[in-house]
Amino acid sequence: MTALAHTGTAGFLARYDTLRDRLPGDPRQRDAAADAFRRAGLPGAVSGRREEAWKYTSLRPVADASFLQPVTSLAGDSTLIGRLPYIDAPRIVFVDGQFRPELSALPPAVEFSRFADRAEYGMLARPDSEPLVALNTMLAEDGAVLSVAGGVDAGLLLLVSVATDRAAFHPRHTIHLAPCARLTLLELSIGDGSYLHNPVFDVQVAEDAALTHVRLQDEALSAFHFSTLYCEIAERGTYDSFGLNLGARIARTEAHVGLVGAKGIAHLNGAQLLGGVQHADFTTVVKHVAPSCTSRQTVKNVLAGRSQGVFQGRIEVARAAQKTDGYQMNQALLLSPDAEIDTKPELEIFADDVKCSHGATVGELDSEQLFYLRSRGIPDAEARSMLVRAFLAEALDAVTHDAVRGVLESAVEGWWERQAA
Amino acid sequence: MLEIRGLSAAIEEKPILQGIDLTVPQGEVHAIMGPNGSGKSTLAYVLSGREDYVVTAGSVTFDGRDLLAMAPEERAAAGLFLAFQYPVELPGVGNANFLRTALNALRRSRGESELDAVQFLKLARAETKRLAMPDDMLRRNVNVGFSGGEKKRNEVLQMAILRPRLAILDETDSGLDIDALKIVADGVNALRGPDFSALVITHYQRLLDYIVPDRVHVLSGGRFVRSGGPELAHELEAKGYVGMVAETV
Repeated sequence: MTALAHTGTAGFLARYDTLRDRLPGDPRQRDAAADAFRRAGLPGAVSGRREEAWKYTSLRPVADASFLQPVTSLAGDSTLIGRLPYIDAPRIVFVDGQFRPELSALPPAVEFSRFADRAEYGMLARPDSEPLVALNTMLAEDGAVLSVAGGVDAGLLLLVSVATDRAAFHPRHTIHLAPCARLTLLELSIGDGSYLHNPVFDVQVAEDAALTHVRLQDEALSAFHFSTLYCEIAERGTYDSFGLNLGARIARTEAHVGLVGAKGIAHLNGAQLLGGVQHADFTTVVKHVAPSCTSRQTVKNVLAGRSQGVFQGRIEVARAAQKTDGYQMNQALLLSPDAEIDTKPELEIFADDVKCSHGATVGELDSEQLFYLRSRGIPDAEARSMLVRAFLAEALDAVTHDAVRGVLESAVEGWWERQAA
Repeated sequence: MLEIRGLSAAIEEKPILQGIDLTVPQGEVHAIMGPNGSGKSTLAYVLSGREDYVVTAGSVTFDGRDLLAMAPEERAAAGLFLAFQYPVELPGVGNANFLRTALNALRRSRGESELDAVQFLKLARAETKRLAMPDDMLRRNVNVGFSGGEKKRNEVLQMAILRPRLAILDETDSGLDIDALKIVADGVNALRGPDFSALVITHYQRLLDYIVPDRVHVLSGGRFVRSGGPELAHELEAKGYVGMVAETV
């Protein structure tokens, strides 16, 4: 198999030229996305050009990395699969962005097709304004097209991405919940080596439907993970998400959520645990379009080494969105003097009868608490880990599915062991 | 078992302890009394290894080992326990999980097998019952939302479960009503025996009616000014600290 390395914006565009006639999806949309990507480039890659939305996160290292096309080896994936947490549920597994039926166990109550067979970009994504969405739209080869029929409670489903060294892939996922449908989606991303995982999600939650979306980003420490999610919530619908970012050298999870029907609920909670030279960016835009909707965000950061955490949260309340209840909190625990947190909350309110609040805290581990634990015989490293877990407990408590929360809790423990090593 | 020789300590360069000498033989309970600011709590913190305090002179040995060279968790593993004057709140840490982690850390250090959750709960429930603590105390977060008395009882619960060889009780009686005081004293007395020693730090003689000490030491200005039998506590109660300190100078 021949492998051709490609680097930077030009490399991705060259890859598109090579693949253009073989990719799924509407070629006009892809060409338009390619134009948008050519104009914008990778954010931060060209010095002197800095977009406000990418103020704290530069993708220069992505532009400098080289990826292989096509990916040469999938030999390492079986050991990687063994690394996935054990949880008894149907699963849809992708390796380097390609659906792998032999590793998957399809869900009985969720309709599934591959993007490769049924390419739908969805209605919400905006390649024009998001360079990484443009990149995804241009190069998407596969992904999960999921839908749950009206009134069906589909239970728990795993969406798994496994990646190998030097792969670059851009999955396109669409999730549609019909009225009164329910689904808990546990998204797991793992891998080995230096690769790029750049998924885009298009999520539609219909009237009275509820999607619980729990995301464990545990990518390899030299990988790049950029995920952009668009979600629209109809009347009395709920999108309840929790994202745990542990892995990747540079990660950004960006969510654009529109509350377009009255009494909708959006939860965009999460936690970022970083060490070494990791950088993770949690960016959200919540649009209160309809009245009487609720949005909640609590994001906790635990930052060790020389890591950098970013939280950008924007709440927009339209004139019609009276009785909006919006809350946003970003908290950071800095475990080292070289760690950094950047927080940018933004409220834009055009309605007059709303309740919106935001806050941020930054601190170190409490020395009195640490001494109390150690005086009881608990070794320093274990005591620190207990306090960090305590700090995260409030955040993780937002995940009500016991088995799913258990997966996150084990991942948090694993993170701490990695820091101690 | 505990030998303190010429111990001086400071916090932020301000000297607090100024040459403490004290020997606590195995199996004995000693009381340390003294006015506010005399250095009682500083002594407790220095012995348990709190880092804000700097030892400027002297030595402390515990079973012949250099206590001051040990980390706080090593001191606990050696059998030292401090019941805090102001127990620390740990939001997000369950009391049962905290106690089991501590007990298992001590058991590991002694080469004993760890207790699983079931074994531990059996032990913990028996102790909470003996200390007349409500059952939900184990389920709640450590000291969060506890009343002053509940916090002190929680300290004694930890002591009962961790079974130290030397316990330092730093004003465990403050904030307790008479019923709670008796329960706490019973908890301490239950541990008394040839393998248990204690330093009971208190402002008032009242606690010493229930935990009768072998020796009483009076601390003032960072050094001991008097030592004697349990009757010294009563003398102190009658004369007050000012009277007694004036007598000794």
